[in-house]
Amino acid sequence: MIARLDPHDHTTHANLRPGQAFLRIDHVDKAFTRGSTTSVVLKDVNLSIARGEYVSIIGHSGCGKSTLLNLIAGLTPVTSGAVLLEDKEVNAPGPERAVVFQNHSLLPWLTVYDNVRMGVDKVFGRLKSRNERHEWTLANLDLVQMGHAKDKRPAEISGGMKQRVGIARALAMEPKVLLLDEPFGALDALTRAHLQDEVMKIHAKLGNTVIMITHDVDEAVLLSDRIVMMTNGPAARIGEVLDVRLPRPRLRLECVKNAEYLRCREAVMRFLYERHSFVESAA
Amino acid sequence: MSAILLKPEAFQQASPTATAVPTPRAEIIALPPKRATESQLVKRLNSMFVTVVPPLVVLALMLLAWELACAGPKAALPAPSRIWAEAHDLVTQPFFVNGPQDIGLGWRVLTSLQRVAIGFGIAALVGVLLGAFVGQSVWAMRGLDPIFQVLRTVPPLAWLPLSLAAFRDSAPSAIFVIFITSVWPIIINTAVGIRNIPQDYRNVSAVLRLSHFEFFWRIMIPSAAPYIFTGLRIGIGLSWLAIVAAEMLTGGVGIGFFIWDAWNSSRLSDIVVALAYIGTVGFILDRLVAFVGELATRGTATA
Ligand SMILES: Nc1ncnc2c1ncn2[C@@H]1O[C@H](COP(=O)(O)OP(=O)(O)O)[C@@H](O)[C@H]1O
Ligand SMILES: [Mg+2]
Repeated sequence: MIARLDPHDHTTHANLRPGQAFLRIDHVDKAFTRGSTTSVVLKDVNLSIARGEYVSIIGHSGCGKSTLLNLIAGLTPVTSGAVLLEDKEVNAPGPERAVVFQNHSLLPWLTVYDNVRMGVDKVFGRLKSRNERHEWTLANLDLVQMGHAKDKRPAEISGGMKQRVGIARALAMEPKVLLLDEPFGALDALTRAHLQDEVMKIHAKLGNTVIMITHDVDEAVLLSDRIVMMTNGPAARIGEVLDVRLPRPRLRLECVKNAEYLRCREAVMRFLYERHSFVESAA
Repeated sequence: MSAILLKPEAFQQASPTATAVPTPRAEIIALPPKRATESQLVKRLNSMFVTVVPPLVVLALMLLAWELACAGPKAALPAPSRIWAEAHDLVTQPFFVNGPQDIGLGWRVLTSLQRVAIGFGIAALVGVLLGAFVGQSVWAMRGLDPIFQVLRTVPPLAWLPLSLAAFRDSAPSAIFVIFITSVWPIIINTAVGIRNIPQDYRNVSAVLRLSHFEFFWRIMIPSAAPYIFTGLRIGIGLSWLAIVAAEMLTGGVGIGFFIWDAWNSSRLSDIVVALAYIGTVGFILDRLVAFVGELATRGTATA
């Protein structure tokens, strides 16, 4: 059912006309007002994303990446402009834009299974029978290889496992867009690499549209079709967008020697550390 | 559409258990059966010894001191030996029935517990619902919290006249006194628990589009459960404290009224025994709620 566009066909998004984009962020501003002070976090952000595309957003800490993701998720309202999914304006959160949160945010009183099942019941309550929902929950846990721990509670499993369950919970809702907020940020390097491979496999298999926030250059290059680089806040905007023309499936060890990989890596590094190096704001 | 995910062969390469070729397994060596049973028993006895013996020693010393202090014939209070002589039947036979008003203290405690169960049950229900409301709304919190903080300090006895005037009947007044004494800590703790629900859980429920009812039942209550049970634990203690005040006006056969009655006929020994009953039951109630709370919030505390 998920029609996957060829991610290597870069004409699909090179110059997307408005009507063609799957997800469109259109002249979005975001300001937070607290009392009499207003701080502009995002200014005039424009981005079009094609169906099936894997887009990373990279930028220094505090520039507004999570804010941007929350806007797409509908968890925070835009100040001006609009987020459009399939030409419909996003103005509330919903399961078609599932989020994997920075700190897993599994519900600690539910088992691994019940955490995933809760979303499945909510989304497919009317569409699938009880048994189908059970099978679907298990299938998604197996997809992230967490079937063996289905009866454990979040407190009983490792950080990497929690993040897997978070991904399973999001995938099980069959979202149109999967939003990942620094999904591997809190993990050790080995677990992180392992989960990155896993996510690549899942993306290859299901062809979902993914937007992932990261501050890890290698992660961005390895996983993405495009890398969106954000300038420093306040009033951050999109500084540059980089196409990653690496063939898939991508193998970690082969990529690191690949000329295109190195080119992309350097481009992102230059952007982050030369032109928009991190300055600790006084605020 | 689910077929994409359900194809089992898709997982084979990734999951080692699915490979057809049996991999050489590590040899399983049977460990010698643990000597756990024996040493664990010793350990448990030991820990019981450590928790039970010190309070018994202290109790014995206190009784001794009391005995010595009240030994003289002019002592205002009865010494333990005299209490035992006068009222040991109350201890040894908690469940005798000699007539409608002359029954064992065990029966009296049960009667009082029934009263407390009703008052506290209503307090728990109202307290959690009202607390959830107060915790959800910033303005309700601002408006109501100071008032609750003042009302919660009013002692049970002070509610009595108002309660009687309002209900014009002793039975509901007694239950109201128990209710009004124990409801405040439940409201306040629930509200704090609701306020402390992590934004993450709210985001999760927003993405899932949970209804208000589902949010209340599946997120708010479990997330605030540790706080709620703290409130319930304080509440059950207070409602048991209110029983004497409440039963002063209902009369009948409760343990609270028994004390009032014993005082009016100067049976001091009976009062002391009744106090021991009340203290023991209060202790058990407290532990009971704590135990239920521990069961119910397993996992929640260690997020
Ligand atoms: N709810 C909020 N109210 C006020 N300011 C906020 C809020 N959320 C985020 N901000 C501010 O927006 C800026 C960007 O935050 P965030 O999007 O979390 O950054 P990032 O995810 O890139 O590290 C920060 O300066 C932060 O203080
Ligand atoms: Mg962030």
